[in-house]
Amino acid sequence: METVTMTLVQHPELYLECYSVTPDLFAGKSLAEIADLPAHEGKIVWKLGDFFKFDGKSGATAAETRIIVNGDVHKMKRFGQQMTAGEILINSAADMYVGCWMRGGKITVKGNADAFLGIAMEGGEITVEGDATNHVGSAYRGDWRGMSGGLIRVKGKAGNDIGTAMTGGTIIIEGDAFIHVLTHADGGTVIIKGDVEGRVGGQMVKGDAYVLGKILYPLPGFKKVATVEKECDGQTYTFDQYIGDLGERKGKKKGEVIYGNIYLKA
Amino acid sequence: MSELIIKNGYVFDPISGIKGDKADIAIKDGKIVDKVSAKAKSIDANGKTVMAGGVDIHTHVVGPKVNLGREMRPEDKLFRGSVRGGIVKQGKRMEMGFSIPSTWKTGYSYARLGYTYVNEAAMPPLMAPHVHEEIRDTPIIDISAMPVFGNNWFCLEYLKNKEIENNAAYIAWLLKATYGVGIKCVNPGGTEAWAWGENCVNIHDPVPYFDITPAEIIKGLIESNEYLGLPHSLHLHGNNLGNPGNYTDTLDTLKLAEGYKAKNKFGRTQVIHNTHLQFHSYKGNSWGTFGSAAKEVMDYVNKADNITIDLGCVTLDETTTMTADGPFEHHLQSLNHLKWANCDVELETGSGIVPFVYDKDSAVVGIQWATGLELGLYAKDMMRVFITTDHPNAGPFTRYPRIIKWLMSNKARLATLDSMKGKAKVIAATDLASMDRELNLYEIAMMTRAGPARALGMSNMYGSLAAGADANIAIYDLDAKKLPTDPELIEEAFSKTAYTIKEGVIVVQGGEIVAEPPNHTVWTKVTMPENTQVMRDIKEKFTKSYTVNLENYAVFDDHVYRPRAIEVDVA
Ligand SMILES: [Zn+2]
Repeated sequence: METVTMTLVQHPELYLECYSVTPDLFAGKSLAEIADLPAHEGKIVWKLGDFFKFDGKSGATAAETRIIVNGDVHKMKRFGQQMTAGEILINSAADMYVGCWMRGGKITVKGNADAFLGIAMEGGEITVEGDATNHVGSAYRGDWRGMSGGLIRVKGKAGNDIGTAMTGGTIIIEGDAFIHVLTHADGGTVIIKGDVEGRVGGQMVKGDAYVLGKILYPLPGFKKVATVEKECDGQTYTFDQYIGDLGERKGKKKGEVIYGNIYLKA
Repeated sequence: MSELIIKNGYVFDPISGIKGDKADIAIKDGKIVDKVSAKAKSIDANGKTVMAGGVDIHTHVVGPKVNLGREMRPEDKLFRGSVRGGIVKQGKRMEMGFSIPSTWKTGYSYARLGYTYVNEAAMPPLMAPHVHEEIRDTPIIDISAMPVFGNNWFCLEYLKNKEIENNAAYIAWLLKATYGVGIKCVNPGGTEAWAWGENCVNIHDPVPYFDITPAEIIKGLIESNEYLGLPHSLHLHGNNLGNPGNYTDTLDTLKLAEGYKAKNKFGRTQVIHNTHLQFHSYKGNSWGTFGSAAKEVMDYVNKADNITIDLGCVTLDETTTMTADGPFEHHLQSLNHLKWANCDVELETGSGIVPFVYDKDSAVVGIQWATGLELGLYAKDMMRVFITTDHPNAGPFTRYPRIIKWLMSNKARLATLDSMKGKAKVIAATDLASMDRELNLYEIAMMTRAGPARALGMSNMYGSLAAGADANIAIYDLDAKKLPTDPELIEEAFSKTAYTIKEGVIVVQGGEIVAEPPNHTVWTKVTMPENTQVMRDIKEKFTKSYTVNLENYAVFDDHVYRPRAIEVDVA
């Protein structure tokens, strides 16, 4: 594994779209070529080198490339967009769309991450040491295909619309979340270790929500069917199992109706 | 006076019978002429293919349902907004969207394919102002729009009472009120039935309340059309679209044309244009027994020379379906569970929108794909069979070059078939794998310009390289005498013209937009004696039933962008 370290030398006036910061686009390039990659600020197209200085070297492939981002990049978006392999470490907070449409590899954000974290992610792993906001692992607006694979772990709290239209993969929020968890989901797992305000599993066809805290306003479309022991992020708890959303169409597997589940810690 | 001459190209012009001979095409003041002076600017088309500008007889590109599709599908633009076209010195226009492109992208994309005139296939009369606003905002290409009549309360009542003359007078009035070009009919009676939660699934299924059958509506509209002598015929999307086994309903529908003869001064020969025939040519009684009935349907079409059709080919893309066939869209949504929009247009029509993914690994989709191509390959008279995708219903119009490739190359068809997971089922349920016919460039010219222009009654203006026609010309980087063995190169050549010329102005050069001359709105102006009963009926319906006043209904004359009227006189 080779490492490219990019250090902020110039703050953008607006927000900067860092869609070029991926191991895929850095791999096999010299530092000068990397500095030449484009970045949008509004409608103006700059080069990454206009904001960062680069050290180290990139690997031959994405899988052999690690990127370390130094400096305060909380006004920069889209780190790791569509990346397939390799690693990115962001040593501060980042703005929206970290790991959007990510397919593989690993991203770590030391601070907070803003909205659309891991949107429509297909694979790989994202860890946010701080908080996230809205639309973690959700679908792009209008789209019916949310996160389908991989793991997102937020060590702090998150906002609303977590795992909207999710079809696979796992999202773990270690703190609280606000409203709309697994809305419209057709698969996938969301674990909220804190409390949720409400609207968990609305219009959910399939999928599993685990809530270790409280759900302040549960939805009427869910029915309690059992109390079960389940493993959740490495620990075993006793949960009340609710099925739903009973107002939504349901598929069948081997003659049995498949429901979405909410496991609420008993 | 501007003069242009296109020299030494291989010219394919079915209207004047030129079949790939080397010929020069002369242009003066936006029209094709016999000769120009020595001062004319010249374009060297040596080794290239020259055709008239393409004509799309059936597409959905302007108006409220197209725009609702854009609104409800932001994801159609996702990662598809990076291309910018237009004129550099004007800063270029963002080209957004794939299946429901922006108005700008629509105009640019058609021009890059060498198309210069397209016909919007469904204008809800009440929403005509929106249609005309989008025509104005679509660069380069001329556009006409057909108001829908097949579920209109006036027509249902007149036709039930067999009042053809009154129905014709109402149609003439509505064409003027909406600046429409001809008579569109979508799921006759079925969309009105849908307002009652029902549908009309065959031509004898009566419409609730109105107590008229789809067969009576279709025959009545044919008679009204020929009474008026409109440039185009009845443009029909029949009942029971999209369902297994519907080909018998399609044959019943087509047989309604028997005994009718086209009456018009425009050279049109058909009395029904049956659109997107692919969606109407299925065997089987379930999705499991689904199959192609292309042969049965084309055997009939080939014999019936008063019928024209367009293919409605499935392009194997993610797209957006949109139609005035409201009950069909509801049915489709229950199959794919994606988002659905439904709309009722008071007294007139309705519509629905559902995104759809034509996944090539689904056997049903593979069979639909094969069916569309089979229709083209079974056709005998290519002047009556046109290439469309019912854009965007079976796929976006930007895939026309791919359909041309499939029709011209068995190798390309087999390569696509080979890539399908359901290949064995597709081969069993269709004839495509055993059809080795490969269409030639003359046949493609018939199916994409000369034929549709004639069927629209406009071959003196469009789809023609004969003297007097608009100088709309496409020059493709394709050596007609040495066609490439790699079919991908055929698709590439049809995707980006070497030149597209619109009314004598070079608008595309080397695949890039280089000029954006203003387009025309094409419509049909019928002059006939005032029918006092129909005018009284119109006033009464607006007083009793419409939510708008009659005075506020018609499109303002200055709302219509650069109108170009086709004149019809009814004595
Ligand atoms: Zn259509």
